[in-house]
Amino acid sequence: MSKPYNNKAWWFVLPVFVLVAFSAIIPLMTVVNYSIQDTFGNNVFYWAGLEWFQEVLASDRFHNALGRNLLFSTIILAIEIPLGIAIALTLPKKGFWVPVCLVLMALPLLIPWNVVGTIWQVFGRADIGLLGHTLMSLGVDYNYATNIFDAWATIVVMDVWHWTSLVVLLCYAGLVSIPEAYYQAARIDGASKWSVFKYIQLPKIKRVLLIAVLLRFMDSFMIYTEPFVLTGGGPGNSTTFLSIDLVKTAIGQFDLGPAAAMSLIYFLIILLLSWVFYTVMENYGAEKSDPRVEQD
Amino acid sequence: MARISLDQIAHSFNPRPSSEADYALKSIHYQWDDGGAYALLGPSGCGKTTLLNIISGLLTPSNGRVLYDERDMTLLTPEQRNIAQVFQFPVIYDTMTVAENLAFPLVNRGVERAEINKRVAEMLETLELEEKANRRAQGLTADEKQKISLGRGLVRYDVSAILFDEPLTVIDPHMKWQLRTKLKTLHEQLGYTMIYVTHDQTEALTFADKVVVMLEGNVLQVGTPEELFDQPAHTFVGYFIGSPGMNIFPGTVVGNTLKMGSVDVPLNKGYAECAGKTEIGIRPEFIRLTTASEAGSRGLKFNLRSVEDVGRLKIVRGQAEGVALNVVVDENSDIPAEPYAVFDAERVCVYQNSMLADGDILSTESRT
Repeated sequence: MSKPYNNKAWWFVLPVFVLVAFSAIIPLMTVVNYSIQDTFGNNVFYWAGLEWFQEVLASDRFHNALGRNLLFSTIILAIEIPLGIAIALTLPKKGFWVPVCLVLMALPLLIPWNVVGTIWQVFGRADIGLLGHTLMSLGVDYNYATNIFDAWATIVVMDVWHWTSLVVLLCYAGLVSIPEAYYQAARIDGASKWSVFKYIQLPKIKRVLLIAVLLRFMDSFMIYTEPFVLTGGGPGNSTTFLSIDLVKTAIGQFDLGPAAAMSLIYFLIILLLSWVFYTVMENYGAEKSDPRVEQD
Repeated sequence: MARISLDQIAHSFNPRPSSEADYALKSIHYQWDDGGAYALLGPSGCGKTTLLNIISGLLTPSNGRVLYDERDMTLLTPEQRNIAQVFQFPVIYDTMTVAENLAFPLVNRGVERAEINKRVAEMLETLELEEKANRRAQGLTADEKQKISLGRGLVRYDVSAILFDEPLTVIDPHMKWQLRTKLKTLHEQLGYTMIYVTHDQTEALTFADKVVVMLEGNVLQVGTPEELFDQPAHTFVGYFIGSPGMNIFPGTVVGNTLKMGSVDVPLNKGYAECAGKTEIGIRPEFIRLTTASEAGSRGLKFNLRSVEDVGRLKIVRGQAEGVALNVVVDENSDIPAEPYAVFDAERVCVYQNSMLADGDILSTESRT
């Protein structure tokens, strides 16, 4: 069978291709270029092969930062996803309060990362911050600059405050698109609230939930601005995440080779984990739809 | 199972209805006999689904009471009323298998496992879904999904009634016929009260023992398919039932003579004079097309527009006295070159202000 080809159509793709080339492909190739070479400045480069990759993968500093990232993303997903679903379920479905709730929900999303960091930095200060001062006067010894747990708690709370709304809005969009007949049928079948959630709501919002999980995972795994503004990666190295370490290596120490290798590894880890989330969630509960059974 | 009574039911979706027009249901007073097969028929937006949801308890009416036997159910939930309802679009639980879907209402009601398995197995057999019992319900076809929705209602032996809200809308035509037959068989086997909402008269007339015709929140007529065909209580019923519907004709009735333009048709009933609008209804099946000489003074000159062959019958469309008139004739009958329409006097219905008028049957002596 022959298919008619219209090669003129490629011209329509050209603008996007050029844009992507300049915004993604060329920078990425530059990084690849740095990662396999060594330089002492003056634009003189020496071939390094996979040396930087081996060095980064073997370094404790990288392992520790990666561990912090994984822990942080796990905490964020474990809090924001259930909390987001719970809030979405309690939001009204129609009436006057719908736009009010949605706008209030969307407000934190409009605030830039560094502003969020600054807000919480001031908010948490024991001398002038509302939160810090209140906690101090209640007898809680709270200080994010010196206490590792306090620093982590502040960053987690900050992220939850900033981004749970995104999960809420996505889940809410999924929930309102469920036809009323499903709820009516569930009432007729005598289903409990939990059954309605488990058998109707959760399966129906599965796809938007997947998007929410992916977005929150990628974003929390790339966290940079908030800990940078709050503590600059401290106390000690306790909030030095991969991104902060990367910037330190690249701009602080000017080790371009190791930094480039590290950023490529960082990128591949995010890609790999996102793929794992996607595959797991797409196939969750689908184990019984064996393609061989479909053919009857 | 129960007899369901609607006591002066009215419903408005507006919390503070100010006028008659705010009511989706005006005033419905009716009793559904235990074990009957009913169809609620009417155009879209006439209040059929609203009425159905009030019966099932998904909706609480603004006014009036719903009684099951003698028990007032107006404020009770569908679960407390123990009613089954099948919706326009199939509702299935995607993550469950076919068997689990059927078991779901029983599991929720705490029925014992052995009993559940027994009933589900029976239901799978009745619905001819045994082979797909352990398949996920998600990948099934629309009619299989609708069968499952239906099965979830039927699997509960003790339901008060089963309500259907246009259940065959999304089903392929050939499957429609099969599922309708299935419903009819199930009704005969199990004897549940069944109320079936539809806007398709074929569905209503083939399924139901009694058809309830609704328009704009009112019940116009309740009757057997024959009654609706022979004696439509309202011009809308006459027009809505039948294909093509009843011909509605302006005219005047003086005593037992029907005057249409220049023609007088003798009727076998006499009618009291009425101040309002008088109309005549005659089904296309009860009009003959004949020649001028044979028709005599009873014939109306018929201007033929088109002839549609619909198999064993022909639908002849045209005009008489400036009003559209459809006639149904046998496929083999010839239509005269200059046809005249002759009405079967026995079959003429007289409407006063759109409502069927009761005539007095005249004795043969007075019928001169």
